[in-house]
Amino acid sequence: MSINKREVMIYSRYERFWHWSQAALIFTLFFTGLRIHGTHEILKFGQAVTIHTYAAYALLVLWAFTTFWHFTTGQWRQYLFKKGIMKVIRFYAYGILKGEPHPYKKSLQRKQNALQSLAYMTFMVIIGPALWISGIFYLLYNEWDQFAWAGDGIWAVALVHTAAAFAMGTFVIIHIYMTTTGKTPLHYVKTMITGYDKVELSEVEEAYLTQTKAVDIR
Amino acid sequence: MERIRHVAACLLTALAVAGMPLSGAWATTADHSKFEALKGPFTSGPEVTKACLSCHTEASDQVMHSLHWTWDFNNEKTGERLGKARTFNSFCGTPLSNEPRCTSCHVGYGWTDVREKPPSQKEAVDCLVCHDTTKAYSKFPTDAGHPLYAPRMVKGKEVLPPDLAKVAQHVGKTSRDNCGACHFNGGGGDGVKHGDLDSSLSKPAKALDVHMSADGANMTCASCHTFNEHQPAGSRYVTKATDPHGLDMPKDDKDHATCQSCHSDTPHKQAKLNDHTDRVACQTCHIPEFARGGVATKTLWDWSTAGRTDENGKPIFIKGEHGHLKYSAEKGDFEYGENVRPVYKWFNGVMPQQVVGEKVEAVNGHVDLNPPLGDGRDPNARIWPFKEMHGKQPYDPVNKMLIVNHVFGKDDTALWTNFDPAKAFKAGMEYAGLPYSGKFEFVSTNYYWPITHMVAPKSDTVKCGECHAKDGRLDGIGGIYMPGRDGFWLLDILGYLALAGALGGVLVHGALRIIMNRKA
Repeated sequence: MSINKREVMIYSRYERFWHWSQAALIFTLFFTGLRIHGTHEILKFGQAVTIHTYAAYALLVLWAFTTFWHFTTGQWRQYLFKKGIMKVIRFYAYGILKGEPHPYKKSLQRKQNALQSLAYMTFMVIIGPALWISGIFYLLYNEWDQFAWAGDGIWAVALVHTAAAFAMGTFVIIHIYMTTTGKTPLHYVKTMITGYDKVELSEVEEAYLTQTKAVDIR
Repeated sequence: MERIRHVAACLLTALAVAGMPLSGAWATTADHSKFEALKGPFTSGPEVTKACLSCHTEASDQVMHSLHWTWDFNNEKTGERLGKARTFNSFCGTPLSNEPRCTSCHVGYGWTDVREKPPSQKEAVDCLVCHDTTKAYSKFPTDAGHPLYAPRMVKGKEVLPPDLAKVAQHVGKTSRDNCGACHFNGGGGDGVKHGDLDSSLSKPAKALDVHMSADGANMTCASCHTFNEHQPAGSRYVTKATDPHGLDMPKDDKDHATCQSCHSDTPHKQAKLNDHTDRVACQTCHIPEFARGGVATKTLWDWSTAGRTDENGKPIFIKGEHGHLKYSAEKGDFEYGENVRPVYKWFNGVMPQQVVGEKVEAVNGHVDLNPPLGDGRDPNARIWPFKEMHGKQPYDPVNKMLIVNHVFGKDDTALWTNFDPAKAFKAGMEYAGLPYSGKFEFVSTNYYWPITHMVAPKSDTVKCGECHAKDGRLDGIGGIYMPGRDGFWLLDILGYLALAGALGGVLVHGALRIIMNRKA
């Protein structure tokens, strides 16, 4: 059975739209969030709050649609735990410096390596929900301020929101750096923009995709 | 339902405001200049009052039950018996022993001894001071509430008495100037006491006060401080620090002396701003500074230096900038402020007052005369703005009592006549019937004035970042979490370390990749 490398659309139009608008919103939220936290004073506090609030609404809507998309397309499976995570870690810590090849082969069913899946899963199951749940509590403070625990509650909400925001920032920094570890420093970014990447296809896969046009191939 | 209530109240407010003519004269079915009883001539205030009562039969009785008359108030929350003659302030201290001067602001005639009740004759009520619309009537400063009845020389100038008949024939609803005659001039001069009440509110620009400006709502004091049977609403002794009742409907709420009475507890279009109303008083954001009308307010009164005379034995007076007395042999040292930023404190409406004759331990030589109570745990408390008046006042360290200061009078003990504090203090305490050791020292005092007037236009409100900042206006206000001001220091350290660590880590990693690739 022969294997061919073909340019395949691995990130569909919605997935790219989702990724980049999420990126823009997270940058906006992190920047304005740091202003509200008092880290910088580039914006006025009130402006930062307004922008932060609207960006948060937008991200909530985006996430709602994307969750729906993940489940209807079955793409949620991409995030499931994969074996070989130690190999990937070893590669990034050591192998990449020696010019070793990546231990993982990208395929249509396996767009992410084991480390990626774990990181994104953490993002989607822990960091993301911590932010939006605490954020919604923050936004709806007026609906629960009458309770005796509201005074302590707002501290707890702030603690969770701030901690998760720091985690998000850390994630983003590493995530952006990781995009430079492809064949060329901009390879992964290009892929995320065009949607196409070189993927190994078996003859059967190639024939099926050509026939059904389920996914674009160049 | 809440919405209907809101709309109804807004309409009512709009109608009420629209119904206020600019001149302050109300359309009325009675022309007082045509009343036989008011033809005059009148030789005294009480004679005018007698004429008023011939129609307004219950007026005196109503006034005599009001705080304006009794100067006697039972604070049910603290159990204190208060009133002007019973509490200390940080200005002249107390009217006791200084009556004909201080009782010039009593709403009556001839109260010359505040140890006794005010005079009991119905004619002793002063109708004109509140209801004169000619601005010709005024109580003479030293005549226990009476106006002048004959020409008198004052500081070399002849002052003429008001034409009582003319004034009586032109009575009407109260105006800002009527109330201001006393309330703008408390503490002995324009703007001295409150900081948010002075003569600039007579005809204020909109930038100074949106409610009272003719370009704004042109409201009078009584628009909010509603009078029902001559009982005024809204008092410092029991401040409504919060108004959970919210919008007032005519059927059950006739007391409009809170912002919420007209604006409700959720007045902003932005939900995030409404989030604040459970913790922050409206005044805190909407009155960025007080004494904004060009009239300075007194911020310090130091009695300890009073009584200085020059080599000829003449009392010393020194004027500072703006022509205010900086030093007066009668009163000591002063400081003033204009456009003053308030101090902020939790306040649940209760301020225990320093009562005359009450024992008080001076802590580090300091006494708070009326500390506002409340904290972040108190659901009835809001963060309020205050004028913090600083004083230095006489104190008897043996009996542990603030001293009644006999300042006014043409006798041989009054401070302003004899410039001898020892004599004045002894006379004051004797007059008040209080024990006095003869020893005195001066303690520093704070006196708090809740700031609630001089509401600024929307564009001039306190900006978010002025409080949501590390050294902002609300620095030191505990019991709440404020983004921008508060944080968790450990989390912040860990968080910034994580960000810096990630950034440093990827930079090192990237550098290694470049170096190693070159080698390869």
